[in-house]
Amino acid sequence: MESMAIADRLRAEFPDTILHTYTHQGQTAVVVRPGRIVDILRWLRETDGIRMNHLRSLCGVDNAGRQEQGLSRFEVVYNLYSVSLRHEIRVRAAVDDGEAGIDSVVELWSGADWLERETYDLLGIRFNNHPDLRRVLLPDDWVGYPLRKDYPLRGAEEWSGMTELLAKVKELDQYGFDPQGHAPGQAAPSREDSP
Amino acid sequence: MEILLLIVWIVILFTVVMLHVAYATYFERKIIGHMQVRLGPMRVGWHGLLQPIADGVKSFFKEDIIPENADRPTFLAAPIICLVAMMSSLAVLPFAKGWVLADIDIGLLFVFAMSSLASYGVVLAGWSSNSKYSFLGGMRSMAQVISYEISMGLSLVGVMLLAGSLNLSAIVEAQGDRFLGMYLLPQCLGFFVFFISMLAETNRVPFDLPEAETELVSGYCTEYSGMRYAIFFMAEYIGMMVMASIGTLCFLGGWHGPFPVPFFPPLWFVLKVYLFMFIFIWIRATLPRYRYDQLMDLGWKMLIPLALANIVLTACLKAILT
Amino acid sequence: MSRPLMQHLEVPVPDGEGERYSLRMGPQHPATHGVLRVDLELDGETILACMPQVGYLHRGIEKLAESRTYAQGLILTDRLDYIAAMANNVGYCVAVERLLSISVPLRAKYIRTMVAEMSRICSHLLWLATHALDIGAMTVFLYCFREREILLDLFEELCGARLTFSYPRIGGVRQDVTAGFISELQRFLDIFPSKMEEYETLIDTNRIWLKRTVGVGKVTGEEALALGLTGACLRGSGIDYDIRKHQPYDAYGLVDFEVPLGRDGDIYARYRCRMEELHQSARIIQQCIDQLPPGPIVGPDAPDLVMPAKASPRIAAGATTYGAGLIKLIRDRGPYLAGDIYVATEVPKGELGFYFISDGSSRPYRMHIRSPSFIHIGAMAAIAKGGLVADLIANIGSLDIVLGESDR
Repeated sequence: MESMAIADRLRAEFPDTILHTYTHQGQTAVVVRPGRIVDILRWLRETDGIRMNHLRSLCGVDNAGRQEQGLSRFEVVYNLYSVSLRHEIRVRAAVDDGEAGIDSVVELWSGADWLERETYDLLGIRFNNHPDLRRVLLPDDWVGYPLRKDYPLRGAEEWSGMTELLAKVKELDQYGFDPQGHAPGQAAPSREDSP
Repeated sequence: MEILLLIVWIVILFTVVMLHVAYATYFERKIIGHMQVRLGPMRVGWHGLLQPIADGVKSFFKEDIIPENADRPTFLAAPIICLVAMMSSLAVLPFAKGWVLADIDIGLLFVFAMSSLASYGVVLAGWSSNSKYSFLGGMRSMAQVISYEISMGLSLVGVMLLAGSLNLSAIVEAQGDRFLGMYLLPQCLGFFVFFISMLAETNRVPFDLPEAETELVSGYCTEYSGMRYAIFFMAEYIGMMVMASIGTLCFLGGWHGPFPVPFFPPLWFVLKVYLFMFIFIWIRATLPRYRYDQLMDLGWKMLIPLALANIVLTACLKAILT
Repeated sequence: MSRPLMQHLEVPVPDGEGERYSLRMGPQHPATHGVLRVDLELDGETILACMPQVGYLHRGIEKLAESRTYAQGLILTDRLDYIAAMANNVGYCVAVERLLSISVPLRAKYIRTMVAEMSRICSHLLWLATHALDIGAMTVFLYCFREREILLDLFEELCGARLTFSYPRIGGVRQDVTAGFISELQRFLDIFPSKMEEYETLIDTNRIWLKRTVGVGKVTGEEALALGLTGACLRGSGIDYDIRKHQPYDAYGLVDFEVPLGRDGDIYARYRCRMEELHQSARIIQQCIDQLPPGPIVGPDAPDLVMPAKASPRIAAGATTYGAGLIKLIRDRGPYLAGDIYVATEVPKGELGFYFISDGSSRPYRMHIRSPSFIHIGAMAAIAKGGLVADLIANIGSLDIVLGESDR
């Protein structure tokens, strides 16, 4: 089925949740309100003739730097594909508040688990009803969400784990280990000896 | 005087065996290297001939690390237990007629006893290292040795029945110096069971589960370093040699060959042992590794029934023929 | 000692349930294929729970890409799946070309298809090598490296690099192939089937190999789709999904090949799928050699590092050094089409997708990488649960993960 036709059927099914649809470079996208995202995706997945059974990707976007009008602060983008019927569609859920977040789709695709964790980790968008919403790529005590536009490229401050490590190095330095890790008194091999 | 002579003999045996162990590692690395389209050691000496010596020196001077939370006495004793148990089985092996340190009547049983003792070394090493990987390695080894010891013992009962003795020299003599006299032919079933159990008993591929490097990162010897690690290594190779010798003595007619060799009677024995060693290495280059539960299956459901069948068969045949 | 240095790495010790204990595999472990850490809850050797932990190799590639131009972003993709960097490069280029409506000459398409398939052979050989080594078959490991070496030498001849190629360009490729390269490649294709036979003789019908792989790590087609598995892991479960067939890119629509499918979804099925894919890749390369058309290798509108003749005055005018001029040239291009696009390509590990948002400037506003390894590691917990530790090792090998891609 043509992607636009799917978008039209979707609009007919969920009239007040769909904000608008558009096609770019042959790919159709639907911008929706986040409230009924699980219902929308379930409908796309389970309706005959649509059967979007493959969640290709799930990612978050921070719209803070975009010029277009009428964009929400965040977006969660679902790229769907039907392996059996070979058509695709993109669903963009507009999320205004990262803390309030959006419902998790783990019940539909168990593989969404880590993708949602990643989105939470890097953008700080919460997924409600997620079984295990923790950071996945960054350490648990990381401060900030790197993929947000207000997060500087080199980071705002050093990670606390790293500062602790450096402090530990300094502490050990008091005992006089040389850079090769030899204890004090034990002569380090001179440079000529090493091959 | 007699004791002095014995000590001299022991020292000679020890030296010769140690040299063999060193060059068995060289042998293995070279053969595997060529099987895997590479060269093996090439740098130390001509074609790497001095490599084993270099390895020995290196491991001797390496730092001996003992983990802080290890059970110290056991940790230190484990490799020694392994090595001593393996070495003592050498005493009863007849390398040629009369070339044996202790010609005792229960030679075969003694070897079994010693090889079971060696597995204590492995289990204790796994236990005392205070590392989960080592512990799993020790556990696997324990289970493996218990199951395969049985099938191995049973597989040799046929040989004992035929020879009517547990003395290794007597077993060889009973086979005579004819080719058809070798127990390999009448005891082919027993030999099959013995061979597989032998691989398992010495922790060789495809039964190298206690030290499976991709699963347990060397298993029971993960925490060992330097000379202690080398001792485990030596024990493993001596174990291989002892098992190969048992196979040679019990199934391949020991030191007998097509013609007697003057000056160096053990020649045929040594050749046969090296044939076994070569097969060990060949198998290592070819086969993947069994899984823990599959190993148990093989041992209990296949080898032990086969060995028992072999005993019944042998006993019946012997009763009918005599 | 006060609090442990890296407290976040501590696994909570389960409270006195007798037999349960936890084991941490990795990040330094010979079988976790890089810096993957798996926290295991075990009962004896049976896995009760399995929690993979990633992120040790996180370099923030998505964030970095936002600060670089499209042409500069290419080198970041080398660092994703470093085992098959060429396939990542091609995937990135295909995505950017579609986003910015850049045309590619036919010759470049064929060359890219060819190098992507060479990359697939490289990656699959490395997979077979390590997978076999994990299960204990050491010799296969070295045999595979022998053939991989030939391909890496060929890559070196083509673009001077053996690991991080950056050979494809947005709108084409960097350099044309030489006749010597083609004849060397042909020689490789001639000997490759006999080498494949060698691997297959060693493990295909080996009793122990079968015992370790058949029926282990089973995933049904439905489960595989829900978990998001792609590539051979999905096809091993019998789902016919290969992007090269479903949404052909480059020259894949013009060459003839089959998509091997498994049935049982176990480790053996995945193994057979990848082995068949090796044959098919060789077939595709052969067709690319035979059909390679003459013509240019870079499109006219490529925003590229290749120095077109017309660019030299601009460099001379604008900069004091060659390098600065180059950067200026790259930065000066645009404006581009605004919009968003998701383009997936079939890399050796599975479906590698790039989701781009362009706001019209010369840098991507957002680049999301759908990395198959990340999703496969996420699925590992479901696949490995209830098995033995040895099965987990076999499964990690069979999922064919690479941590550079997973952690990004």
